Amino acid sequence: MIPILLKIIRTGIVSEPAPAAREDFRHVSGLRPAQIQHELLTKLGRALAIRQVDAGSCNGCELEIHALNNPYYNVEGLGIKFVASPRHADMLLVTGPVSRHMERALRIAYAATPEPKLVVAVGECGCNGGVFGESYASCGAVSNVIPVDVAVPGCPPPPLAILQGILTAVTAKADQAGRQPGN
Amino acid sequence: MRIPGLSLVFQPLPGAVPAALARVDNAEWNEAARVVYESGRKLVALWGTDDRDRDGTFGIFAAYAVDTGLAIIALPIAPPPPDAQTSPPDAQASPPDVPCYPALSGMFPVAGRMQRAVYDLLGIQASDAADQRPWLRHGAWPDGVFPLRRDFDATQRFDNPQEDYPFVRVAGDGVHEIPVGPIHAGIIEPGHFRFSIVGEKVLRLEERLGYTHKGIDKRFESFTVADGGRLAGRVSGDTTVAYAWAYAQAAESLMVITPPDRATWLRALMLERERVANHLGDLGALGNDAAFAFGLSQFTRLKEDWLRWAGTALGHRFMMDCIVPGGVTHDVSSENVERLARLAYDVEKELQVLRHIYYEHAGLQDRFITTGRVTAQLALKLGLTGMAARASGQARDLRVAHPAAPYDHLNVKAALRTNGDAAARAAVRFDELFESLRLIRLILHKLPAGDLHTELTHPRPGAIGVGWVEGWRGEVLVALEAGEGGMIRRGHAHDPSWQNWPILEHAAMNNIVPDFPLINKSFNLSYSGQDS
Repeated sequence: MIPILLKIIRTGIVSEPAPAAREDFRHVSGLRPAQIQHELLTKLGRALAIRQVDAGSCNGCELEIHALNNPYYNVEGLGIKFVASPRHADMLLVTGPVSRHMERALRIAYAATPEPKLVVAVGECGCNGGVFGESYASCGAVSNVIPVDVAVPGCPPPPLAILQGILTAVTAKADQAGRQPGN
Repeated sequence: MRIPGLSLVFQPLPGAVPAALARVDNAEWNEAARVVYESGRKLVALWGTDDRDRDGTFGIFAAYAVDTGLAIIALPIAPPPPDAQTSPPDAQASPPDVPCYPALSGMFPVAGRMQRAVYDLLGIQASDAADQRPWLRHGAWPDGVFPLRRDFDATQRFDNPQEDYPFVRVAGDGVHEIPVGPIHAGIIEPGHFRFSIVGEKVLRLEERLGYTHKGIDKRFESFTVADGGRLAGRVSGDTTVAYAWAYAQAAESLMVITPPDRATWLRALMLERERVANHLGDLGALGNDAAFAFGLSQFTRLKEDWLRWAGTALGHRFMMDCIVPGGVTHDVSSENVERLARLAYDVEKELQVLRHIYYEHAGLQDRFITTGRVTAQLALKLGLTGMAARASGQARDLRVAHPAAPYDHLNVKAALRTNGDAAARAAVRFDELFESLRLIRLILHKLPAGDLHTELTHPRPGAIGVGWVEGWRGEVLVALEAGEGGMIRRGHAHDPSWQNWPILEHAAMNNIVPDFPLINKSFNLSYSGQDS
């Protein structure tokens, strides 16, 4: 027990501030953790629950999505949690290309997700099929199979870009639906 | 190359891999398999080709790991004449117009799924194999259509009906099934696991994979040999360096070129960095699956430091596309050489503390020890490979057995544990981490000066080349055949997960269902690499 406690104390808190400003994500840029929590609460009315769906990726994007949970990005501390069922989720975070063998499963997961049913496509393949394109085995972009709110490019996109995509989807959808704080 | 006990004439292939090719007939195909099997050597990969446009035949290739390197046995298969009367003994197995070759799965169980995949993609059949169920084909294309045949248009689409896969059923008092997937309850790749259980004990696990099949082998046909590394590097993202290197080896063999020394040393730096990144992630996840959140935070913190330095020093967090045919795309500045060496030293110091904590933590060890056990005997029989094999007493590591440059200068010490349980697989990861950190410092210290890239040449149509690299998970193999105009005629990428997935079914047996995530993670196999 003592070595564990010592290691925890010596490691300290390594969590970093949330993403820096980016022109194409202007409405969520430069937010501090407290502001992100505020943003989630006002726009969504609660913490954000995400169901990640690998719809055929090479697993590179999954490595970066995993990284969001490491102590540096600490998304759980921001009020963002990955959940085990689409029925518990506000958002699907989908990597691609959508293989034709995952097409049905992805549609079922989408159908099982309650409102607001946000969808963020992650990675070059999720955006446009990437190096795999469209073929007998690949549907290509996630948007070829289910409606997509935000698509994050990159191969794979680094964790901060994925986080920016998640936050962009939350604010964009809330603005579009005209949700008010407290709703 | 010679295989003792075989009179085959092998044609050596140029390049970094000690590989040779022999073209054989049916009897020699069987004889080669028998000799390799009886000498206790392994089948690495099995793939097929469609050469009907050239000489009217199909082809089947088996790559065996023998003492002198990689022995590739190629068997041409003439399609039976349309009026063939001879039906195979098992009438349900194959109609008379299906081209056949003698199965290898009787001697090498690992060949079973590869044979099924070859049939799904090419329509050539292992005639006497017991299991003829589809493997990679679900509903996306019908039986009788074969996407890897050269006259198949890759953009063709078919109806995608729900398939009814005949799982093996277990019957008996109180036995029931738990179907899991394809979407799993975490941030993880898709696949289906069918558990037959009684109470909480797993009687049988049957895997159904192929969900992430992206048609990679077919896709290779639309790339040039010079450019196809981008695709190879995305067969399994967590192994991108090993695939890119194996692809580069195969391409350089076709082009008969040798990359500069500095490039091969930088490749080894990247391969060892990839091994460290994955082992760090896995040790954290193993802790997490045993409810030890401290381990997850500590190891993912170290991994993030590690990835950030790859981004800074090598231009990409996972070093994707950094290895290309002819060399590498990124140099490491002398300043970054020092920083990377210092980081390796710092991580080693932290690992010593963390290893002590893991080894001394009673709760963690209680979950690890005897969980998901694969005995040495089973590992040998079923052809377990790579890191998991070294946890089950199989002393085999390509970096030691057939060290390609620069490993011939590095004197790698392969890890070896014998218990074959989750604890042993965690221990092998720790051992390999320390060895890779030593290798990284050594490579950085001895990094030769010079060019990063050598000029590419035009590959001769019909030339065959292979790459064979000890990735963090096991042996990655890439085979290429050059076509006209510098294009790839046939590209095949083989993931070590082909070998190890079937053994996970055995490892889970007689364990309790709640231990399965831990057992699965202790192997951490690639779905995408297997499904490709």
